[in-house]
Amino acid sequence: MLAAAELVPARFLTSGDTAVLVEFGDRVDRRISALVLALDERLAAAALPGIVETVPTLRSLTIHFDAGITTHDGLEARIRTMLAGLEGSLSQGRSWTIPVCYEPPLAPDIEDVAGRTGRTTAAVAEMHASARYRVYMLGFLPGQPYMGDLPEPLHLPRRENPRTAVPPGAVAIATTMTTIYPLESPGGWHLIGRTPVGLFDVSRAPPVLLAPADLVMFRPIQLAEFDTLAAAAKAGDWQLQPEGAAA
Amino acid sequence: MRPILRVISPGLNTTVQDRGRTGYQRLGIPVSGALDRVALAAANVVVGNEPGTAGLEGLYQGPALEIEAELARLAMAGNGADLEVTEPGGQRTWHVPALASVTLPRGARARLVIAGPGISAYLAAGGGIDVPAIMGSRATYVRAGIGGLNGRALRADDAVPLAQAAFPERDDVRLPGVTFDLPECVRVVLGPQDDHFTDAALREFLQAIYTVTPASDRMGLRLSGPRLKHAIGFDIVSDGIPPGAIQVPGDGQPIVLLADRQTTGGYPKIATVISADLPALGRVGPGARLRFTTVTLAEAETARRMLEAEIAAWPRRLEPFRLGPSLEPDKLSEVNLVSGVVDAAASAPD
Repeated sequence: MLAAAELVPARFLTSGDTAVLVEFGDRVDRRISALVLALDERLAAAALPGIVETVPTLRSLTIHFDAGITTHDGLEARIRTMLAGLEGSLSQGRSWTIPVCYEPPLAPDIEDVAGRTGRTTAAVAEMHASARYRVYMLGFLPGQPYMGDLPEPLHLPRRENPRTAVPPGAVAIATTMTTIYPLESPGGWHLIGRTPVGLFDVSRAPPVLLAPADLVMFRPIQLAEFDTLAAAAKAGDWQLQPEGAAA
Repeated sequence: MRPILRVISPGLNTTVQDRGRTGYQRLGIPVSGALDRVALAAANVVVGNEPGTAGLEGLYQGPALEIEAELARLAMAGNGADLEVTEPGGQRTWHVPALASVTLPRGARARLVIAGPGISAYLAAGGGIDVPAIMGSRATYVRAGIGGLNGRALRADDAVPLAQAAFPERDDVRLPGVTFDLPECVRVVLGPQDDHFTDAALREFLQAIYTVTPASDRMGLRLSGPRLKHAIGFDIVSDGIPPGAIQVPGDGQPIVLLADRQTTGGYPKIATVISADLPALGRVGPGARLRFTTVTLAEAETARRMLEAEIAAWPRRLEPFRLGPSLEPDKLSEVNLVSGVVDAAASAPD
């Protein structure tokens, strides 16, 4: 006897002829994120032929496939059957306290953000550093965390014109999220601080510091401490450890 | 002594590339790999390699290299490019056309000449470029210093390691009838976020001619043309980015995302270039003009199958090639750059 399976609503979106996008929602929501990760786990266990890799994001799973082995329609049909009874888990990973300098030389957009949200720059920094964030996903650049949820008064759309160069360690906000740029790169978010913590190092295993489901808090530091920590990190004398890890 | 190609001049932005680094996008690590995977595949096939083997990608201005190996078998591919070969000692120079192999002795030089209009060209070496595989790939991702030669573009005096330095004498080949055409009308399938644009913007996108701007790089082609209006905002919750995705930020100017594309992004993607047409976008630079036309997913899949079938047929289409006859029939028909060195090698102690 078959029980009536509860089908989780999901949209299958065309994403070229070598990827399928399974979208569970259009907003940042911990339950949606958990469903994405749950489907990702099911797919990994099923090991369907032709899947090259999957990329879980806040609200969707991108499935890159080998078009010589499978197709969008073939994968969609298989994946639809895997949605039945899908349940997300909200388990928590490691806890981190990341030092951030919010002083203007390292926070080129903090005055703009303060102006647009009707607050002082100190209040923006205090509010950003007072929240506890969950790492929803890594993306954009190696080891770059998308963390939420940003306190509501700080919500702003991305910049209309992305910068062509954002420095490594830049702490940035946009929409309901905050992030840290691991490398110099283009970027469209508002830069409100900088951390000396390195998020990506190809010589480490794994090469990325944070992982989805980790808990992150920020600790405001002065420019002098930033310089000290940045120098120590560069010299290889200092690397951030998660809470409770042996020193 | 390890066989290498010594970099005499590095070119403008020459990197080791292969088919790309898959499996790590979930950590935010881009795929990278050749901008024009078809040209890389063709060059590889000519030197007897698997199509995805690591070779050198030259952009705008190619590198000049000296052979520091018993022998090196080279072939290049690209639009408007050839290989300038100089015999040891620098007496005589030949231009070897695209998709013909040459087997060169120690001391010979090879320069990847990118005359244009194509901006990219690929140099394959028999056996491949022997840099360490990082996360399963030799592709260079310069921004994060991953892969290739120390994670960066070539510099003067670098040693590019070769996996192979012995080749049977006199069996150079060429691959006839393969061209690397520049794109004019690029085929796309709409989505994943075409519903974020007004009907007028969708029509505009498919009618307008877009110009590639100088801000383009291995990450993406930044285009300039009619501003595409978003119907429901230019900010989406970040999601994954397929190769060839055309994202449209708030300024309404499309960006076609290429090999070094970010793994995820938060601007709506109006359409995705089909995989069969994407390699050709690796051939164009600033000033190039592009149009887009929609096809169905089924048409995209058919185009892909045809391209893969063609690539799979290349090894059977190789025919013998000797440097000389096709270039200067009177003087060079007897040219064999290798023969003197093969004799020397035969008499040298192991």
